[in-house]
Amino acid sequence: MAERTLYNKVWNKHKVTTLPTGQDQLFIGLHLIHEVTTPQAFASLHERKATVRYPERTFATLDHIIPTQNQFSRPFHDKQAELMSKTLEHNVNEHGITFFDSHSGNQGIVHVIGPELGLTKPGMTIACGDSHTSTHGAFRALGFGIGTSEVALVLETQTLALTPLKVRKIEVTGSLQKGVSAKDVILKIINVCGVKGGIGYAYEFSGSVFEAMSMEERMTVCNMSIEGGARIGYVNPDQTTFDYLVGRKYAPKEEDFANLKKYWKSIVSDSDAIYDNIITINGDEIEPMVTWGITPGQSIGITESLPDSDQYENEEKTLLESALQHMKFQPKSAILDKEIDVVFVGSCTNSRLSDLQAAADILKGNQVSSKVKMIVVPGSQRIKKEAEKEGLDKIFIAAGADWREPGCSMCLAMNPDRLEADQLCASTSNRNFIGRQGSASGRTLLMSPQMAAIAAIHGKVKDIREFI
Amino acid sequence: MVIESVIGKALPLVLDDIDTDRIIPARFLKEITFENMGQYAFIDERQDSSGKKNNHPFNKEDYNNAKILLVGKNFGCGSSREHAPQALKRYGIQAIIGESFAEIFAGNCKAIGLPVVYANKDDIKVLETHIIKHPETIVTLNLVSNRVRYFEESFLISMPTPQRESFLKGTWNVLELLKKQSVDVDNLNNSLPY
Repeated sequence: MAERTLYNKVWNKHKVTTLPTGQDQLFIGLHLIHEVTTPQAFASLHERKATVRYPERTFATLDHIIPTQNQFSRPFHDKQAELMSKTLEHNVNEHGITFFDSHSGNQGIVHVIGPELGLTKPGMTIACGDSHTSTHGAFRALGFGIGTSEVALVLETQTLALTPLKVRKIEVTGSLQKGVSAKDVILKIINVCGVKGGIGYAYEFSGSVFEAMSMEERMTVCNMSIEGGARIGYVNPDQTTFDYLVGRKYAPKEEDFANLKKYWKSIVSDSDAIYDNIITINGDEIEPMVTWGITPGQSIGITESLPDSDQYENEEKTLLESALQHMKFQPKSAILDKEIDVVFVGSCTNSRLSDLQAAADILKGNQVSSKVKMIVVPGSQRIKKEAEKEGLDKIFIAAGADWREPGCSMCLAMNPDRLEADQLCASTSNRNFIGRQGSASGRTLLMSPQMAAIAAIHGKVKDIREFI
Repeated sequence: MVIESVIGKALPLVLDDIDTDRIIPARFLKEITFENMGQYAFIDERQDSSGKKNNHPFNKEDYNNAKILLVGKNFGCGSSREHAPQALKRYGIQAIIGESFAEIFAGNCKAIGLPVVYANKDDIKVLETHIIKHPETIVTLNLVSNRVRYFEESFLISMPTPQRESFLKGTWNVLELLKKQSVDVDNLNNSLPY
């Protein structure tokens, strides 16, 4: 195992014991929960008449099923969504768990509000019944995406049984071109390492490109580590992290902040840390990236063409052909100028204020193509408020886009926002899996908020670099 | 519960990168129990928009009551939804043989007592070809000997030691193991700088 890395240090700090099974029992410092992956977990606790071990370490929100058009109108039109919400409300009340509901002013996507409220802090172990828990790695926290049985274990024991991962250092050197964003960086990394490349690894992101990134950009990258197979992705520390935390609702105040900062600095990877593997990517050469297929690794630079499946053999050929067939694309065709039907700006990958600003900058004074339906879904109630203060909502609405209330929305279509039939969607979300956006034949092109906005105006995939 | 072996028919679905949205689309996650999940396994791939069933392996009568699922690489990637292994288990699958698995998925399978074992590509291919020709074949997956046997063939499988031990000792549900260190957990809780 890698030594003297942040991953190691945080792991050791939270290790309770080595279990007879050989796995380590790890203490979970922060547990974030939502409505979809918890009802069965609470039910199993109730069956055993068990209680939540440290309710003060657990925080809840409502994000996956919540409608983005009037979340305040209860009961929800969707009876299943209403029951799911009620179940969560009941469970958090019974166990004394802080709940950021619609009326709290703090509701939002779980991986957006954790950092935004200062709950997420460096050197923590964080678990959540959601694979995008890797997002919190932007703060040098170890985030574990878990299933419902494991949610029950964390509720009841505040610990998990885990096996340490190897650590791969991914350096992105140089600097990004204008129009190239954090989303393009992570799509490039997944493209280079593959969707299976991260299995067994935690990704440590470093290099000048990450040093120059804001916390929000780092969250975008860490968020999608899991799409490369890496359950954990993290960025090492600097002043940017500390500056972000100052003044947040749950961030430590003054003297405590100074004390905690010492701990945060102590867990940084040593300069002579040993990695299991190192990969270097030249940031200068990254183009705006767009996925063309059915996995987040099936992506190309905007000036490139789709692969020629005839050049491949066996299962690689099968994979490419099934992706091309689902997407209704020809091999070797260009991604540029593909006509789209829907644009979705949102999700735990790209729904933060800077993402909305980036999309609004492009849309300002322009119109969404008459052939395109565009929805913009802020990541949290706080972001919505901030955006409205800046007048971003007016820009979106004037351009002909829908301005919605916070939630996961069309990223996974558990609420009424979904694709119909084989619509092609330019989406800032994280997954282009078959059926992901709510229609079995729906099609998704993953891209950055800037690229999604320029696509909305033209009704086609465009190269943002030609317009800025 | 100790799980030493799984014996039964096998169902081949040997494709790479099958994600958990494909195993169970998100719109079927809106139920507050896992009870009905079995009927949703691969539902969008098994039927067209009018509900008409196609020839997906999960629909084929030949594979009815299969207990072992045969898959490719990176099976179960994507979302952490436990609903995916729950759907497979409730459909009747009791073990999965594949080249590799996404980590969260593999963890969820262990948590519900569904062994996932690793085999090499050629062995999977040969078994797949055999099952397609002879779907009635009984396959024996033995965690004690780390072997899969069928007809006159056999091959080695592997599984990380902690997982294998937990099935052989019946400790795959780690709740009791985790509860034992109650005092240590309290001490760690108090010693953390946050």
